[in-house]
This record gives sequence, structure tokens and C-alpha cells, in this order.
Amino acid sequence: MSSFIHMGGYAGYVWPAYGVAVVVMAGLLVASLLGSRARERELKVLQELRPHRTRRGGDATKATEEATRADA
Amino acid sequence: MHRFANPARFLRIAAVVLPWSAAATALFLGAGLYYALIASPGDYQQGESVRIMYIHVPTAWMGMFCYTAVAVSSAVALIWKHPLADLIAKASSPVGAAFTFICLVTGALWGKPMWGTWWVWDARLTSMLILLFLYFGHMALINAFDDPTRGAKAAAILALAGFINVPIIKFSVDWWNTLHQPASVVKMGGPAIDPSMLVPLLLMAAGCKAYYILVLILRVRAEIAGAKIRTIRLMQVHGRNAA
Repeated sequence: MSSFIHMGGYAGYVWPAYGVAVVVMAGLLVASLLGSRARERELKVLQELRPHRTRRGGDATKATEEATRADA
Repeated sequence: MHRFANPARFLRIAAVVLPWSAAATALFLGAGLYYALIASPGDYQQGESVRIMYIHVPTAWMGMFCYTAVAVSSAVALIWKHPLADLIAKASSPVGAAFTFICLVTGALWGKPMWGTWWVWDARLTSMLILLFLYFGHMALINAFDDPTRGAKAAAILALAGFINVPIIKFSVDWWNTLHQPASVVKMGGPAIDPSMLVPLLLMAAGCKAYYILVLILRVRAEIAGAKIRTIRLMQVHGRNAA
């Protein structure tokens, strides 16, 4: 076990190398996962607040009319 | 290719692929790390420091692969105005930058004990550093404009202009006298590396590829959601102004 950690004297180079790789790759994965979840949560909130007539090819003016009426 | 143009369809396919890419990442990186750290020999000259190769080389390959993905999707975006192409370029860039960064750092950590120096301005190292700067420039351009379309277009042009760097990196060790060693794996006549070292190398490479797919799906999903959010917000603003 100790010879594994010792890495033939190169431990000071080998372990930081693997460490950098793990930290950067894990960090990017976590950041991407959290970012994806946050955006999709935000989208869900926005979509629940308003009906999406235009998404199904409906009348765009109707959606904006509703928005202005809701805001008035 | 047009089958994936519709974001909803992409999202459906991505939902199926995502768990497989996550499993493949864990499997290949796990097996690769086992072989890299435990079930492979040290080098007769470099001793245990050769194990750095199993991080350094796959991340170098991925740095070049991701930039190629950015360049290809940028070309598709510019020529065919494919809606997802810009998003794939935007999502791939940070992954490629991360791999290139890891490659440079692990290379320095390998170079110090083996060459006696952390860095040298030879063709391979310099062109890899330029690759990192190209990634940073690409990411900066995308975010530099209020209108995301303009940012995407400018970044796409940079990506294509910088693509010449990828073959330069690959052939740098042939075209110039470099401290960095010549190719041992992807070369005429096949790999010159022992199978006991080729196996962990290829396992790590496969794991990094699967990792790229995994992170790409997550990031493109976020971009698609972001585009929808922007559309809703624009409609809200437009609605208020129409009152």
C-alpha cells in the first residue's frame, strides 16, 4: 500500500496529476448538472405561470393580449 | 441530421442516451483508473511517473477532439443555420478547455521529473497552449454580445479560423524539432506502445469520450431551456409594451 502511495518516488508528481484531473472533471460535471437543473426549474416555473398558445401554433396576439390583461 | 434539428426530438434522444453515457463514463473511467494505477507496469526508464500518461494523453486527445466538434458545429451553424449547432458549439467549448488545461498541467508535472523542466516553448506545448487560449476566446466571444446570435456567429468564425491549430498540434512533433516525444499511438505502422500500457490508455480515452457526451447533453439541455426562457421573457416584455 505504501509503495502504491509512494509511486517509486514520483508521488509528488503523479498524485497531483490525478488530483487535478479528478477535481476539474468532477467540478465541470457538477456545475453542468446543477446549471441544467436550475434552468429547467426556472423554465417550469415560467411555463406554469402562463399558457403557451403560441407553442402549439396558435395566435401570437392572443398570448400577448392575455399577458397585458394579466398585468393590468 | 435534420432529425435532431427539433429541440424536442433532441431532448427525447438525449433523455435515452444520458443514463448510458453516465454508466459508460463510470465504467470506462473506473476500469481505466484501475489499470492505470494498479494493473499496469512502471516504465523501464520512467518508473511510476509513466502513470501520468494515462491522464495526460487521453485529455490531449479530448482537447483536440472537442475543438474539432466545436469547429464542425460552428461550420454547420454558419452554413445551414441549424438551430442546435450553435448550442453544441457553446456547450462543447468548456469541456474542451477543461481537458486541455488538465493536459497542460499533467504534462508539466510529467516534464519536471523526466525532462527537468516544467515547461519549454517547443511546438507541441506551445500549440496546445494556443488551443487553450482559442477555447477561452471562443467562450468569451459567445458571451460578449447582448444578442446571443451575434456572439454565436463571431465565436463560430473564430472556431473555424483556429481549426488549423489542430493538425499543427498533431504533426508538430514531426514538422519541428521538439522536446516532446514523437507519436507512439496514432502513427503509420500502428501503435509502438506495449499492450499492457495501451489498454489503460484506451480505457481512459473511452471514459473521457463518454464523459464528454454526458456533460454535453447536460449543457445543451441547459442551453435549450435558456433559449425557451429568453423567448418567454421577450414575450412578457413585448406584451407589457403593447398595453
